[in-house]
Amino acid sequence: MTDVRETATGLPGAAIDLAEMAGRHRGHRHLLSIADLGAEGITDVLRLTDSFVEVSRRAIPKVPALRGKTVVSVFFEDSTRTRLSFETAARRLSADVMTFSASSSSLNKGESLKDTVQTIQAMGVDGLVVRHSGSGVPWQVAGWLDGPSVINAGDGWHEHPTQALLDCYTITRKLGLAPEAGLSGRRIAIVGDIRHSRVARSDVLAFTALGAEVTLVAPPTLLPPSLAGWPVSVSHDLDRVLPTLDVVYVLRLQRERMLEALLPSIREYTATYGLTRRRAALLEEDALIMHPGPVNRGVEIAAEVADQPGSVITAQVSNGVAVRMAVLFLLLGSGVDLAVA
Amino acid sequence: MIRGGRIVDPGGSHPADVLIQDGVITSVTATVGSVPAGTVVLDASGCLVTPGLVDLHTHLREPGREEAETVETGSRAAALGGYTAVVAMPNTEPAMDSAAVIRQVQHLGASALCDVHPAGAITVGREGRMLAPMAEMAALGVRIFTDDGSGVQDSRLMRRAMEYASALGVTLAQHCEDASLAGGGHMHEGEWSSRLGLAGQPAEAEELMVMRDLALARLTGAKMHFLHLSTARSLAMIRGAKHSGLAVTAEVAPHHFTLTDECVATYDSVYKVNPPLRTAGDIEAVKEALADGTADAIATDHAPHTAEAKEAPFDQAPPGMLGLETALGLALTELDLPAERVFALMSWQPAAIAGLSAGHGGPVEAGRPANLCVVDPDEMWTVDPSASASRSRNNPYAGRKLRGRVRHTVLHGEPVVIDGEAQR
Repeated sequence: MTDVRETATGLPGAAIDLAEMAGRHRGHRHLLSIADLGAEGITDVLRLTDSFVEVSRRAIPKVPALRGKTVVSVFFEDSTRTRLSFETAARRLSADVMTFSASSSSLNKGESLKDTVQTIQAMGVDGLVVRHSGSGVPWQVAGWLDGPSVINAGDGWHEHPTQALLDCYTITRKLGLAPEAGLSGRRIAIVGDIRHSRVARSDVLAFTALGAEVTLVAPPTLLPPSLAGWPVSVSHDLDRVLPTLDVVYVLRLQRERMLEALLPSIREYTATYGLTRRRAALLEEDALIMHPGPVNRGVEIAAEVADQPGSVITAQVSNGVAVRMAVLFLLLGSGVDLAVA
Repeated sequence: MIRGGRIVDPGGSHPADVLIQDGVITSVTATVGSVPAGTVVLDASGCLVTPGLVDLHTHLREPGREEAETVETGSRAAALGGYTAVVAMPNTEPAMDSAAVIRQVQHLGASALCDVHPAGAITVGREGRMLAPMAEMAALGVRIFTDDGSGVQDSRLMRRAMEYASALGVTLAQHCEDASLAGGGHMHEGEWSSRLGLAGQPAEAEELMVMRDLALARLTGAKMHFLHLSTARSLAMIRGAKHSGLAVTAEVAPHHFTLTDECVATYDSVYKVNPPLRTAGDIEAVKEALADGTADAIATDHAPHTAEAKEAPFDQAPPGMLGLETALGLALTELDLPAERVFALMSWQPAAIAGLSAGHGGPVEAGRPANLCVVDPDEMWTVDPSASASRSRNNPYAGRKLRGRVRHTVLHGEPVVIDGEAQR
């Protein structure tokens, strides 16, 4: 059986019971929110990611798992790194990959969002990887389409589920945690512009689902207006939080926030919430420093800190490809290929 | 003739048949014996016969947005909803800010399925900078002025508008929204906007303008009407203002006593509306305001938008939902009020606010214009957006079961709706 499975997917199948895992995810056609997965689903993706990390280390890092499937990246908002990561993941699974990119403004001039995605569906695709500046667009797209899987590659300020998955993978593997332990008892602070951050919303859901204690550190103007229902604590004192942490997760600060009277200046932000060299020294030695990129060196994080040993920013990027392979495989590939097995 | 129903009007409730001739009620008697040959008889058995409903807040979209609604299609939806008169909001293209546009809408309204009373804009182009020619428009019969769609932001300009209007005997109506505090928010700011990653507008954006306009009404003595109030504190301020003797009135919309901001969790832009859907606590406050008289009227804020416009990302979709065909059913189903109170809120009280009491809002008695609505209060029905007479389909109540449906509507003696079917 293992051999057949190995042939069908090209995956080292011994470590994971793929059939059992696929059965649990049969109801998952889309990945819109981290909440779709729950703790068990997240753990499954992380376990599957181990296999794809192994694949990525091969001389020819490619498996036939999604041969004959077509994945299209539909990016209404520019994001070279996320698009490349998804497309690389799809290619390593042997899927055919198409790219659609348009700024939201060009859609305003003519074709509607609904027409655009229905046109793409009509070309015969199995998965759409959707990025849009408007919160909720992947939900709307999933509602308009009949057949293809929709994967949320970031919607507005709302969610970025594969980023959260790669963050969970990076933390658990870098801290050497047992898969079943999740992030139980780990202390993670997310620092910066939580209000406008899809990464923060997905990370809060994922980290807390796995049992972590999450603290949000930001000026009140960069926190969501209400944190009702968020299982987090809040601090405005980064110095006091840092020594307690297993992970400090620094968010990118967009420079236009000053125009909205959310901050007086970049300088003041860096002085109060930036992960400077002095502050980084307050961390435990084995604490991780993370950032979703792209990094504003010298603003939310000092250049030296981004490059210091505890920083796993580059590992986040490389894990991103394997995590996205796992997600694409679970949504598009596991059912079909395991039927062969 | 309307036979076999129970009259409900400002005077009370009693069973009677209603005879109508040449657009006027000629007799209201317990039982009419013989009827002249050729008389149209509308069966009202088991039904309430009431003065036609009056909507203080309808967007008919004409001129300018005829793909979403026209005076004809909107008035047909109104007639099906039991309305014999609607106040047409001025946020058309061009805006109803001049005698010419007012005349155009009045002309279109003359052949509509309900009386159409345009509201004039307070400022030129609804831009909030210069006063619109209110006296010219008032001379054409305009009785309500508003920049609805947005509030008049400039406090000094609003004061001047109130002072100027007070000489004309007209009412100013405000869409209460402090634009800078609302900040272009797409939904109510709170737990759900925070979770959903959508920019919200706080309740205080509405409340600040309610507070300001109450102060200005006190200063100027102007008659003020507050449009579509949606928050508990807005209504509490109106309650207080009425206690202190200010001449203010207020309306609420059906969606603000039936839907909450949690609906937005689907990202379905049919739930995008301005003022936004609020919290369960606000719904309770709206119901309480309707029960204790703080709110004077239920107004639909019927706001048609094409499917193409609504199929945009939530943050780009235009706000607004349909309301004319569901308002009465929602009120009878969702409010714990006797039918007499519901009709007060939907017929004679709004008629008085709009200055239409001569023709609308009853009483149902001989000599009055025959603008009537016949409602079966017990009929159960299911909302089907595709069956709407509106040109648009942005109805948030698809599939909802309602109790109470309009059977007939009579406009100046003409049965424009018979057995739930529009007659033209």
